[in-house]
Amino acid sequence: MGEGIPAFFNEMYQGGDVRAPYRGLDRWAVEMPQELRTLKQSEAEALFRRIGITFAVYGDGGDPDRLIPFDMFPRAFSADEWRRLEQGIKQRAKALNAFLNDVYSRGEIIKAGRVPGRLVYCNEAFERAVMNIRPARGVYSHIVGIDLVRTGPEEFFVLEDNCRTPSGVSYMLENREIMMRMFPQLFQAKRVAPVENYPALLRRTFESVAPRKCEGDPCVVILTPGHFNSAYYEHSFLADMMGVELVEAADLFVEGDFVWMRTTQGPRKVDVIYRRIDDAFLDPLCFRPDSMLGIPGLMNVYRSGGVTLASAPGAGVADDKAIYTFVPDMVRFYLGEEPILNNVPTWQCAKPDDLRYVLDHLGELVVKEVHGSGGYGMLVGPRSTKEQIETFRHKLSETPGNYIAQPTLALSTVPTFVEEGIAPRHVDLRPYCLVGERIELVPGALTRVALTEGSLVVNSSQGGGVKDTWVMAE
Amino acid sequence: MLSRTASNLFWIARNIERAETTARLLEVGARNALIPSAGGGFRSEWDSVLRASGTATAFAEKYGDPVQRNIESFLFFDSENASSVASCIERARENGRIVRTALTGQVWDALNSAFQDLQALRRTERSKLSVSDLIDWTRRQCALVKGTVDDTQLRNDGWDFLHIGFTLERADATARLLDVKYYVLLPQVEFVGSGLDNYQWRTVLRAMSAHRAFNWAYGGEVTPPKIADFLILNPKSPRSLTTSIDEAGWHLDRLARAYGRGTEAQTKVRAMIAELAEARVEDIFDEGLHEFLTRFIDEVADLSAVIHRIYLSGETR
Repeated sequence: MGEGIPAFFNEMYQGGDVRAPYRGLDRWAVEMPQELRTLKQSEAEALFRRIGITFAVYGDGGDPDRLIPFDMFPRAFSADEWRRLEQGIKQRAKALNAFLNDVYSRGEIIKAGRVPGRLVYCNEAFERAVMNIRPARGVYSHIVGIDLVRTGPEEFFVLEDNCRTPSGVSYMLENREIMMRMFPQLFQAKRVAPVENYPALLRRTFESVAPRKCEGDPCVVILTPGHFNSAYYEHSFLADMMGVELVEAADLFVEGDFVWMRTTQGPRKVDVIYRRIDDAFLDPLCFRPDSMLGIPGLMNVYRSGGVTLASAPGAGVADDKAIYTFVPDMVRFYLGEEPILNNVPTWQCAKPDDLRYVLDHLGELVVKEVHGSGGYGMLVGPRSTKEQIETFRHKLSETPGNYIAQPTLALSTVPTFVEEGIAPRHVDLRPYCLVGERIELVPGALTRVALTEGSLVVNSSQGGGVKDTWVMAE
Repeated sequence: MLSRTASNLFWIARNIERAETTARLLEVGARNALIPSAGGGFRSEWDSVLRASGTATAFAEKYGDPVQRNIESFLFFDSENASSVASCIERARENGRIVRTALTGQVWDALNSAFQDLQALRRTERSKLSVSDLIDWTRRQCALVKGTVDDTQLRNDGWDFLHIGFTLERADATARLLDVKYYVLLPQVEFVGSGLDNYQWRTVLRAMSAHRAFNWAYGGEVTPPKIADFLILNPKSPRSLTTSIDEAGWHLDRLARAYGRGTEAQTKVRAMIAELAEARVEDIFDEGLHEFLTRFIDEVADLSAVIHRIYLSGETR
């Protein structure tokens, strides 16, 4: 790849030809008159604002009433491309859950010397409190969000895993709704696989992991930090689409062996809690004695099989950036298979050899904080000034353990509506894999797009937008 | 239904109803300011308007003398005034956002559009906004919310909690408004038949948007007993105490049936309905209009507290 700007794979073209999944879209985009485009764009914006879908994806923070720019040019995958991705994603979700089961019980992978024990047991996300508790069906991470990038027709890389509570799925669903409403003729011309049964699948996934003591139909709820949270819209959207209650911690209490919610007809037992709050705020008696938040006694009920928490406390240890390097090994170790999706080669700056290499090649690497997110605190070597690079050189020498580095990937591009017309912009991909009795993936995902020309950072806090993501029906 | 959800629905309705009451008061004040007063200059109902909205002290502390322009800002835009139209609509929308899943898209749309419009109004130069436009706008928004509630919401317990909110707030507003003006309705020999009290009486009716309905219902001369009857006892009058409490009772009964259990709330509301059903205007004037209204306002507050304790607080029985 070398220094300089590598050649980027534009997903719409192969040589001079339009690739199959994009066929027809080229003409549609080019032939759309400027006025119609402006009209549709403002129509989309008004729709987003009216349904109140104004929130930051992936915990970007910032103004809760801000809209994330929506780009009308869809991103498309052929059925074949998707089948391969689907296998890889499911395989990875399975391995991550196997890893969590293992490290909270016998720790075989550590005994076998495949993953250093220090990275697991000394990890901030490792929860001693859930050691030897086996959650229903052995599932720790019920929704695995796997962030992918593409560099060529066949080349996909996993950037990171999200095993806790990956957000953004409401965009996957609403983007599609809005595209179908604005451009029905596109969907008549192209057979796009629907994503709308995601909420039903999600509910079935939760019901399939009801706790041991649950009799009858499990009562599922979504636990939100409240309406000030930047992802509140998504929480209420999912509750609505699944037909389950959206609760705050104060609505729940523990009595006897169970968790109950306060209703107008008295207490009602709760069996499965899809929690969109961090481990630390689940139960003040267990995690944070100084916290006023959470449900006192919740972890006791969890331990005794009275309630399922999704994701299970402690699941975060599997998506740590330091553990990430070992996921392909997990696939081999637990499943006896070769990983279908590759990791991005990663240098651990904590290792002296790696650090030396990174310091020597800062100009061509991407350096990230181990615990950072949202595209803050990262260095994109080829796009940085001398001063920025020197600042990072200094930070790296001070606290090398806080950083990892990866080659600057030639992220693929998808045509995007921009001021001057249509131009390629870089994208990534987040599919949402559901793990319960079965492992399932709807044919769709969230595509984030870096709207600034040349930018490789797709985070909404850094000028990123979103696109509808199509998978062609077979 | 979650107690918190029920509570938010209840407060959406109370806030919407209160926004409408404030707009109505604003209308009365603005209209009176156009009528020449006997002693020269113009009439001013602003003081009673502020008292009826329960904000006279807060206004005096912030602005001093009741200057019309200040009162308009205070009653419509001021975020520090909890009863201003803006405050009520913002709170109703916030309550709605919290229980987004318990509302239909149309109800949410009505609440959210009102809020978005309000942001636009806030950015508009005040000289471009007439009071009557602001009042009409508020009425329209409130009508939209109520209309979508009745057109689109499931007839489940949530619908009942919304209506209990509307009706209790309305009962309270009617009683308070009457109470602020109660002395106007007292039979005072020297004013009888004079233009003054007649005008004041019409003001009371106007404040309830009831002056035309009154004509249809009673006709003829406007007299204090007729007004008191219309606004307190007449079951045809949409804002009378009887109508409001009857409707609250109807919704509480539905709840009791749906939940298979009556509570103190139903007992309490039935006692209130019974009293209003038997009351005659003469009895009320005998007790003293002010005394009667004060007692009624307290009873509405009690009923509200009982409903809160039993249904909205999530106490674990």
